[in-house]
Amino acid sequence: MRKVLKNQAVQTFAASILCILAGLLIGYIVLLFINPQGAGESILNIIKNFFTWSRPQSQLKQFGNTLAKTMPLIMCSLSILFAYKVGLFNIGTAGQYVAGACASLYAALAWNWGWLPCMLLAMIAASALGAITGILKAYCNVNEVISGIMLNWISLYTANTILSNVKETASPYTLYLNKENPASMLPTLGLEKLFNGNTNVTLAVPVAIIAAILVWVILSKTRFGYELKATGNNKNAAKYAGMAQNRNIILTLMISGALAGLGASLLYQTGYMRWECTQSSVPAMGFNGIAAAFLGGLHPIGAVFSSFFIQHITDGGQYVNTNFYSSQISDVISSVIIYLCGFVLFIKLTMNRVITRREDKKGAKQ
Amino acid sequence: MNKERQSEYAIEMLHITKRFPGIIANDDITLQLRHGEIHALLGENGAGKSTLMSVLFGLYQAEEGTIKKDGKEVQINDPNDANALGIGMVHQHFKLVECFTVLDNIILGDEPVGKAGILKKAEARKKILALSEKYGLQVDPDAVISDITVGMQQRTEILKMLYRDNEILIFDEPTAVLTPQEIEELMQIMRNLAAEGKSILFISHKLAEIMAVADRCTVLRKGKYIGTVETKNTTMEELSAMMVGRNVNFHVDKEPAHPGDVVLDVQHMTVASKVHNNNAVKDVSFQVRRGEIVCIAGIDGNGQTELVYGLTGLEPLVSGKILMDGKDITHASIRKRSVAGMSHIPEDRHKHGLVLDYSLEYNMILQTYFESRFTDRIGFLRRKNIREYSDKLIEQYDVRSGQGSVTPARSMSGGNQQKAIIAREIDKQPEMLVAVQPTRGLDVGAIEYIHKQLVAQRDAGKAVLLISLELDEVMDVPDRILVMYEGEIVGELDPKKTTQEELGLYMAGAKRDEVKKA
Repeated sequence: MRKVLKNQAVQTFAASILCILAGLLIGYIVLLFINPQGAGESILNIIKNFFTWSRPQSQLKQFGNTLAKTMPLIMCSLSILFAYKVGLFNIGTAGQYVAGACASLYAALAWNWGWLPCMLLAMIAASALGAITGILKAYCNVNEVISGIMLNWISLYTANTILSNVKETASPYTLYLNKENPASMLPTLGLEKLFNGNTNVTLAVPVAIIAAILVWVILSKTRFGYELKATGNNKNAAKYAGMAQNRNIILTLMISGALAGLGASLLYQTGYMRWECTQSSVPAMGFNGIAAAFLGGLHPIGAVFSSFFIQHITDGGQYVNTNFYSSQISDVISSVIIYLCGFVLFIKLTMNRVITRREDKKGAKQ
Repeated sequence: MNKERQSEYAIEMLHITKRFPGIIANDDITLQLRHGEIHALLGENGAGKSTLMSVLFGLYQAEEGTIKKDGKEVQINDPNDANALGIGMVHQHFKLVECFTVLDNIILGDEPVGKAGILKKAEARKKILALSEKYGLQVDPDAVISDITVGMQQRTEILKMLYRDNEILIFDEPTAVLTPQEIEELMQIMRNLAAEGKSILFISHKLAEIMAVADRCTVLRKGKYIGTVETKNTTMEELSAMMVGRNVNFHVDKEPAHPGDVVLDVQHMTVASKVHNNNAVKDVSFQVRRGEIVCIAGIDGNGQTELVYGLTGLEPLVSGKILMDGKDITHASIRKRSVAGMSHIPEDRHKHGLVLDYSLEYNMILQTYFESRFTDRIGFLRRKNIREYSDKLIEQYDVRSGQGSVTPARSMSGGNQQKAIIAREIDKQPEMLVAVQPTRGLDVGAIEYIHKQLVAQRDAGKAVLLISLELDEVMDVPDRILVMYEGEIVGELDPKKTTQEELGLYMAGAKRDEVKKA
């Protein structure tokens, strides 16, 4: 039994489940505190998300919407964990995601590009932003968190400015892709048939899953992954072994950025969401990627499942009974849960400590 | 001091047993410290010395056994209890506040406080000066710790114990950081302390020092109590046999060296230091030839680390030139130097030598992972080749670990971690082997093994540069000794002709040759 408990994968899984349960419990307590009447129903609705709908067709359609928003989250959490393996905390994922959104939407609406070039441009733009952080880190030793946060804001307002050229005159939103340039929308590959005609389910699904597998292969099977993890675990040893640290830092942040940029393209090119050119906060997707990465135990495949769960909860928030709660409550609850999801490492540490202490005591008794 | 003594012993640890999961660190150990004696505690690394002292200090609780002070049984639950019983310790790594003065450090934690929380430093100063005179402990109470010598820092630590009126003084490997002259002074201080009735426990693995200063010696081996002997009735050979369990060859057997071509040629090398100006390397020139072991000796912190950083490319040179096999490698990257035939056994195996979270096999290829035998053309690792190679090295160099190639490096013992690094660096077939304190913290058996490997490399026609702080190693292993003091090479000695005393004078900066400034 103890051997099972010491297994890394088992520990991560158990810690993730514990985090989820704790998050749900605290979310429930918050609801109880505000208004005990609707608390039980509302927390259940959050968990149920699309199952709240009674008809199976509606359920499928809503499930499709959750999936559509899960894919960019997977990409953002891959972006976070890839950099994290090298010991970099790429909080700039949020801004790189914005750069990707801006590039793909502008190319689609202003230049009438097809979906693939739009997608590639999104990756290039986001990766260029990552390169800035990387260069600052490698050559000027600027902390990647500081430069990342500042670049997040720079990219947000740059995106607002650029995309204002392709927005509707009457609203702050960018033009509809399906009206202006349907060729820029991701092919659905017939997937919509599985989701009751929900065309938000597209090529994005296989692309994100393949990306997760690719990241896993790179990290665990290649020389590049060997170098990156060595640098992340012990940068002095990596230097001693003659690994090109500066190059690896820059390359890592570029790849991390490209993953985030691809994520933005996978959302905005479905046409499900439009960019709001007056928004004054960086989209939460990049930050939620942090929670998803940790909840998934910093494993690329784990990230796929944790991203789905987090998106599921976030979407479930809209089914909170608004008779009892103001509509913002859904965000509060899902953020509480997401917040606690970040505690996986902490819980793992605590578990290890408890196990070791027990062994100590047992050893003492023998 | 005058009160009637109830027992012959100041402190007794009787039948102490302490277990950790999977290991018995102390197995029925008895240690009896007489009033006013110097009692040595001898054992290899991992013999259980530290655990025993931790039990005495209340950091661990023994499962069995009792501790008696002056014949009365006592309970020591934490270090405060130990302090209250008058037990004090000078740790191997001093616990001093660098930016405080000697006086501030001594009173820290036991400050004489007057009304309204105002420190009564004058009173403390009087007490400290009196103590320092009584025991011959020269210190300047107003000097800041970071400005004074290691010897004076140690005297500050001793005064800390005396200031607290401790009766039982523990010295944990106190001579490791001192010059031979400072060691002699320390021994005199220990004798003075014992003469004044203090009881001293002296933890060491240096036999000569134990023979010189201790009255009795208790030997531990692998957690077991081997025996207690009077030093005047024993010999170093007997002690070492007790410590190791077999007879150890202290002298490295080697044939005379046959130096060949120059492999490493360092010309006027200057390297900056991030620690202290004393550590910077200043205009150093030397050569290492094929088939010889050259040792850079010196007290820790005289530029040896920086010298190695400059040589291996970890830090850039300020000025000067490095040639290897006649080629200028002054500005070559670490990788280029490594591929050109330089191997580096680093000073700190955890900081540089290993990726602790990697498996043993991944650590075995740390310097060669990019070669085509371990990485295919697309960039995938050839895992089968890596495993085979790692298994081969493990077998050949007798690296012991729980699960062989897949063992996490972190879970291996220090000696086997070091063996793994040595296997990796030697198997690279270097032209030039730079070994920095390769035996630090290892037991006698492992040291013997590593010395043999170094000599074997020499005999295979490689150039070996050994950087060492251990006097025995400096005297035994190399064919030439270069002594470093404050970043300069102050002398070249022949280990066959010199003595430890002469070496000590050079290391302490008291003597230097002015010849080598070509």
